[in-house]
Parts: sequence; C-alpha cells; structure tokens
Amino acid sequence: MNASLPLAVCLPLLGALATTLAPARARALGLIAALASSGVVLWLVVGVWEQGPLRASLGGWSAPLGIALAADGAVAALLAMTAMVALAISIHAGGYFRDPERLRQFWPLWLLLWAALNALFLAADLFNIYVGLELLGLSGAALAALGGGRAALTASLRYLLVGLLGSMTYLLGVALIYAAHGQLDLALLGTRLGPGLVDATALALLSLGLALKAALFPLHFWLPPTHANAPAPVSAALSALVGKVAAWLLLMLWLGPFAAVTQPAAATLLGLLGACGVIWGSWRALRAERLKLLAAHSTVAQIGYLFLFVPLIQGLDPGPERTALLGALLLMALTHGFAKAAFFLAAGQVQQLAGHDRIDALGGTAQRLPATTFTLGLAGVALIGLPPSGSFIGKWLLLEAAIDQGQWWWILPVLAGTLLAAAYVFRVLARAFNQEPTPLHFVTQVRAELPGLVLALLAVAGLGLAAGGLWGLLEPVEIDR
Amino acid sequence: MSTQLLYGGAGVALCVLGLWAFLVHRPLLRKLIAINIMGSGVFHLLIALAERDGAPPDPVPHALVLTGIVVAVSATALALVFGRRLDEQGGVPEDER
Repeated sequence: MNASLPLAVCLPLLGALATTLAPARARALGLIAALASSGVVLWLVVGVWEQGPLRASLGGWSAPLGIALAADGAVAALLAMTAMVALAISIHAGGYFRDPERLRQFWPLWLLLWAALNALFLAADLFNIYVGLELLGLSGAALAALGGGRAALTASLRYLLVGLLGSMTYLLGVALIYAAHGQLDLALLGTRLGPGLVDATALALLSLGLALKAALFPLHFWLPPTHANAPAPVSAALSALVGKVAAWLLLMLWLGPFAAVTQPAAATLLGLLGACGVIWGSWRALRAERLKLLAAHSTVAQIGYLFLFVPLIQGLDPGPERTALLGALLLMALTHGFAKAAFFLAAGQVQQLAGHDRIDALGGTAQRLPATTFTLGLAGVALIGLPPSGSFIGKWLLLEAAIDQGQWWWILPVLAGTLLAAAYVFRVLARAFNQEPTPLHFVTQVRAELPGLVLALLAVAGLGLAAGGLWGLLEPVEIDR
Repeated sequence: MSTQLLYGGAGVALCVLGLWAFLVHRPLLRKLIAINIMGSGVFHLLIALAERDGAPPDPVPHALVLTGIVVAVSATALALVFGRRLDEQGGVPEDER
C-alpha cells in the first residue's frame, strides 16, 4: 500500500483541525499544511509515474467490505493541478483577507475543501464519492459566504440547497446500485453493470446529482451568483476546482464503470447539454457587466466543453484514438483549472485596487497593474484556446475526432464558443488598456467598409476553409499536359 | 419480501414528496424540511434494502444511513445559520426572491 494516497486526504484534514484549534496561528499552520499537502501530492505523482496506477485499501480491508482509494495517471495529473492551484490560492489569500478574523475563518474551511477535493479524485467507490461531495458542498458554501454581504449569503444558501438536492439524488442512485448489485466499489461494479432499467435509472440519478454540482447546462443557474459574490480566492477555488471535480466524476462514471449502461442517444444528449452550456455561458459572459460575473459565466462554458467529448469517446474501443481523446479531455480540464484560477485571482486584485469590478470602468488598469493585466490576458489566451495553450491542443483534437467520426456538428459549438470567448476576453483587455468604448454599430458605412471586409474574409475564411477547391481547379491543367 | 417492498415503497414515496415540496415552496424553512423528508425517504429505502430473509440484516446500508444522517444534520444546521444571518441583515434581497 502506498501511504501517499491516504495522506493526500489526511494532511489537509489535519491542517483544518489544527487551524480550528489554534486560530491565532491559523496563517502559519495553514501554510505549513498547504505545503505538506502539496508535497504529498508530489510524492503520489512520482509514485504513479514510476509504478503505474496505485491503489490503497484502508485498514487492510479489501474491496467488497473495505474502502479503497485509487489513483491512475489522470487522477495524478488532476491532483497535481489541484495542489498547484491550491498553493497559489493559499499564498494569495494571506494578502487578500485584510481582516484577521476573516483569515481565521478562511483557513479551516479552505483546507477542508482541499481534503474533499483530494478525497473525491481518489475515491474508488460510489459511497466515498457521496461523503466527499457533501464535505465539498458544506465547506464550499461556507467559504462562499465569507464575503458576508446579503447577496453573498443568498447565493451561498442557494448553492448549499442545490448541493443538498444533488447529493440526495446521488444517494438515491447509490441505493439503487446497492440494491441491484450489493456492491459499491467502482472497479468491481465495472464488470457487473449492464444495459437494463435499474442500472440506467441509477446512472440517470447519479448523473443528475453530479450535473447539479458541476453546473452542467441547464442546471447551472446557481453558479454565476455564487462565484461572482464570493471573495476572489474562494471564487478561484470554486470555479477552477469544485465544479471541475464534479464534472470529472460524472465523465469518469460514464466512460468508465458505467460504459456498458450508456447508449449513444444518452451520450449525444450529454454532448448537446455541453454544447448549450458552451454557447449560453459564453454569450452571458460577453454580456456580463462585472469582471467576476464574466469569469463565472465563462466557467459554465468551459465545463460544457468537457461534455462535448462524451459522444465522441463513448463509441470508441480502447486504442490510441480513445487515449488521444481522453488526453485532450484531461488537457482541457487542467488548462481551465489553471486559467480560471489565475483569472479570478487577477480579477480580485483589480477589484481590491479599484474598489469595484465593473468592466466598463476598468480604464487604465494596464497602467496601474501591468502584471495583473498580463495575467488576465494570458488566462484569456487559454480560455479562448489560442496556441500554444493547452486548450488549443484539446480543442484541436476534439475537432479532429469530430471530423474523423463524421459527427461534424460538434464543431459548431466549439467554433461559436471560441469566437465568443475571444470577444469577451478582448472586451476586458480593450477596457483595461483604456481605449474608447466599443462602437455600437459594427458597420458604420456600408459602401465604404463592406468591400474591404469581404476581401479580408475571403483571404482568411474563404481560402482557408475552401482551399481544396483550388487543387480541383488546377487538376485539368495537369492532365492536359 | 412484502415487508421489504412496503418499506422500500414508502421510502420512494417520501422521497418524491420531499422533492416536490422542495421545488414548489419558497420559504427556507419549508425547503429545509422538504429536503430532510427527501433524505429520510432515501434512508428508508436503504434500510429496507438491508433485509436478508431470515439472516441478520446487511450492515453496509446501515453504515451508509448513519453517515447520511450526520451529513444531513450538519447541512441543515449550516443552512439555518445562513438563514439567521440573512434575517439579521434584512432578509433576502428583493431582486433575488
């Protein structure tokens, strides 16, 4: 048994306990716990790197009775991303919370949240996921309420209630699975689940519960107010990590143990919800008036991208093609984790300096906070998916698979989402560089502007997308010779 | 078997009732009671599943229910604290109702 698996859950938990018992030293103890937790995750990643997937049976009790923790390569990568983002948030929080009382309340809850995240990524059975989800929901809602205002409290209360509803639905699914198979361990369930009414109902209930927590369209309604009203370090954690873990669990259930239960139609439905999330989230982000609200809506979109992979991966047999797509999915999740955390931390910095985060009044931010503006820009590059960011490679592989499998319609939400993301990122940056407000009319003089615009479109889109026609034009010439 | 079906069926009925009340009612207290009833329904169902004809009951669902109860109590307490804080600050803002 590799001790790094249980320790990755226990260390942040111990830290939470220590910071509760000694609130006066919360900051020092919290930072020590954060460093130690990151160290253990590093140990775990090295272990997975050298020995392949790890599994630990707690207390020496093996699967049917005992509770197991498991880490494969994907989990190791997600844990490493979580640790890096969490460490950055831990350092940032020390400067963000000026009120020592707030900082004392922040540390135990934050470490508890971190423990829940690690426990969820490592969970190898359905019930452990339930416990982790509840821990995540409770600490997340309490953290989001740290701002203390009425809007923050209302949003946190809604978040908590939605979370509770999600957990109860999830637990009902767990009960069904246990009734049918007498088994909760994911690896053992993988061999027993099959197409059938009970398993399909159970999967629907589990998915509904997780989708509520992951803010999958149309169950995302609670996310924007919660993330926008929480203190910036908390928003960063909620957006980058908390939504991500629920989405990851949902995807892992669909593509892993429950693969035999899923039907192509159901996978297409999940992909469609993801596509709606991409377009709706990006559109609302473009229309948002506040920087943090923009980032929160953009999270809905970025979570949506992950679900576009489901219909493409679902029909594939294990092989290099499936591995490539799973890698792309993981890459998108990791990139968004880093980028969104960076974006929220930068937005918090802007908000603290300017006293507000209205996008219209951001003028001059680039002059006053060059590094923060640069952070917003860099994170924006990753959110759009420009090369060389990770999401560029992820989107590229997604598009390639969609074309290869003849499911070209999945290209549309990706293109629309990317264009909208470019628009909302550049809207922020344009304001930050103190430029004039965006004109209301796209075209001011049709006759003067349209011909040039058409030519430019031909150069970029026309020749780029229809380049194949050019060779068709050349071919008869070659034959004549 | 029929006892198990009765208990399990009652659990599912409670669950649906709770869910319905949770979605329909606005006040926080009613929502909290509704979600607790829904939870009780799930626990009821799990307890019914533990029966094994004649043999001692399966301990795993019992353990699950115990954990679930602890979690439900803590979540209810946290929601009540939020509700009280909101009341002290003048209630839910008008545009959020």
